[in-house]
Amino acid sequence: MTRSDGIGAGVSALVLIAIMAPLGAVLFRAGPMTGLGAADIAAVRFTIWQALLSAAFSVAFAVPVARALARRRFPGRSILISLMGAPFILPVIVAVLGLLVVFGRSGAVSAILGFFGLPPIEIYGLHGVVIAHMFFNLPLAVRLVLQGWLAIPAERYQLAASLGFTSRDVARHMEWPMLRAVCPGAFLVIFLICTTSFAVALTLGGGPSATTVELAIYQAFRFEFDLARAALLGLVQVAICVVAGLMVFWVAVPNATGTGLDRPVTRWDCNDKLSISLDAAWITLAATFLFLPLLAIFVRGVLGLGELPASIFQAAGRSVVLSLASAFVAVALALPMAVLIARGRAAGIIETIGALSIAVSPLVIGTGLFVILRPYVSPQDSSLPVTGLVNALAALPFLLRAFVPAIGQAEAAYGRLAASLGMTSWQRWRHVLLPRLKRPLGFGAGLAAALSMGDLGVITLFAAPQQGTLPLEMYRLMGSYQTSAAQGAALLLMALSLGMFWIFDRGGRVNAAT
Amino acid sequence: MLRLEGINLRFKGFSLSMDIDVAKGARLGLLGPSGSGKSTALSVIAGFLKPDKGRVRIAGQDVTDLPVPERPLSLLFQDGNLFPHLSAFDNVALGLKPNLKLSEAEHEAVDHALDQVGLRRKGAQKPSDLSGGQRSRLALARMLLRNQPLALLDEPFSALDPGLRREMLALVDDLCRETGLTLVMVSHDLRDVERLCTDLCLLDAGQVQIRGALGPILHDPPDELKPWL
Repeated sequence: MTRSDGIGAGVSALVLIAIMAPLGAVLFRAGPMTGLGAADIAAVRFTIWQALLSAAFSVAFAVPVARALARRRFPGRSILISLMGAPFILPVIVAVLGLLVVFGRSGAVSAILGFFGLPPIEIYGLHGVVIAHMFFNLPLAVRLVLQGWLAIPAERYQLAASLGFTSRDVARHMEWPMLRAVCPGAFLVIFLICTTSFAVALTLGGGPSATTVELAIYQAFRFEFDLARAALLGLVQVAICVVAGLMVFWVAVPNATGTGLDRPVTRWDCNDKLSISLDAAWITLAATFLFLPLLAIFVRGVLGLGELPASIFQAAGRSVVLSLASAFVAVALALPMAVLIARGRAAGIIETIGALSIAVSPLVIGTGLFVILRPYVSPQDSSLPVTGLVNALAALPFLLRAFVPAIGQAEAAYGRLAASLGMTSWQRWRHVLLPRLKRPLGFGAGLAAALSMGDLGVITLFAAPQQGTLPLEMYRLMGSYQTSAAQGAALLLMALSLGMFWIFDRGGRVNAAT
Repeated sequence: MLRLEGINLRFKGFSLSMDIDVAKGARLGLLGPSGSGKSTALSVIAGFLKPDKGRVRIAGQDVTDLPVPERPLSLLFQDGNLFPHLSAFDNVALGLKPNLKLSEAEHEAVDHALDQVGLRRKGAQKPSDLSGGQRSRLALARMLLRNQPLALLDEPFSALDPGLRREMLALVDDLCRETGLTLVMVSHDLRDVERLCTDLCLLDAGQVQIRGALGPILHDPPDELKPWL
């Protein structure tokens, strides 16, 4: 075992402890557990039902949008595809506020429906949760399905043209087999993401009929301090995630990290006016659905900036420091683990440890950490460090996904040379790995910082009034019906999250070797 | 059979100029280095690219403005371009009817095409169950079934090992003699051209360098061909 392997193994063990010890602490403190109550079973049922609906609608909507993007070339197409990544790093609370402006009772969509004598959309409850999940996951679904379309070789379209394929034949022999391979994986990934939904359910759900398991865990901690119930629900959440996760592993999941070569492929089967109009309609619909809430936040937020209380700027400062610290910790944990995985050393075990934070509820991890630290530090004093650590752990799976392929390629290309030159671990890092990791490092750090910046999870549990992060302060403004100030805070939060990601990502691209 | 009259095409900073005739039953080898315009020329003939100037005639018919499926030609691609979810039989049958609704006679025609390439018994298998050579034969069967007077081959067997490649070229040679097919084959290997073709066209930077019957050219190779020998 080399020195860097030892560091990787040590870090992996630390991550395992950081996730499992809090779970153990909660279970230990919980004492004897009773079974699940009626409300808990309803939460489990709602969690699965909303995740199924969210995944089904996201994928169903993504198919015609991805098809249209694959078939058409137009100015701004690549910018549109890039911008589609924005919702992933957008703070949930900002998106929710944007969706409220567009889909709420007094929003634009309800006004249009009212014009036709139809009732407004009920944004709170199942509808709202599913719409919000579609907002976050439609871009992911589009990218996954688009990847499938772009993987169909250009020569196959040429063959189809020469054999006289109609649009129907192309759909039957080329598109349907691709969709059958790609859609189940995309559906399961989105289902898995939606089962762990907390902030969306907190803001748009709630009540006995629209509570997810994560939200039920929060309510058990926050309002009842019923650790036994919270721990039991935490285990249920783990079980749901493990089952969904196993299904994801079982079904091949397409890669969504890029859009392939995205070569222009000339099509001969879809150049009639009807096809062109339909494709334009799908692209417009998707762009409107995704960007209208953001535009609404921008416009309303500018007006609300003047009403921001001073506490918002202090919270913004705390959030920036927290997200930078969280990104640093996430990168520091992910790098040695990624090296170990890329070198194939107990890769399966390390990958499982890296993915644990998806299965174990961040609220349970956070509470466990508070339980462990309580004899030494008050929950209020530890709320920011604990939040930073939990956010770093939550970002770990994404960072590993970004780092492992780059390290694998660098090792494959230069590993033997480095060994033959007798490079030390540090020299290997400096000359072989880091130059080739600049781009994924920038991307990963930006992602971790942006996700932490917008997180509204653990911080909701124990933060003292004067210690809130920007998302929490914004949530408090929404709760006290200071809508205009909340919209100003949303604009600030959106700018900080996207700006943080952009700075890191751009930094990683400067003089990058790959 | 095939006539490219004053073809001129500017495409992504590349310019192709061609003016050639291919007689009925002749087999033209389009030879040239990467980026010389071989595949672009084939795309112009097939209709995937429209020339800026000039006309394309096949069997006396001006096909310049005809859409791809209406041109009297069939294509054979580099990797066979088979559909992995369809059986070998269905892959071949696509050449006849893309909706795969075959009459009795069409069913027999597919069987015959499979027979011609020695795959009659493999009809039920998926392409993934076949060897590289068998997959190439399958793509060839689909091309034959199209029963068009002109065949375009885009480096069709370049992924095969030398032995299999020789075997496939011999098979195409036999089938051409049997059916009187006119053929244009893109290649970057003069040996392949020698094995199959009767005529040669050497392209470089989008310009025709050498054009004529293969035998006399090889007997007294011009300077441009020497690097290929």
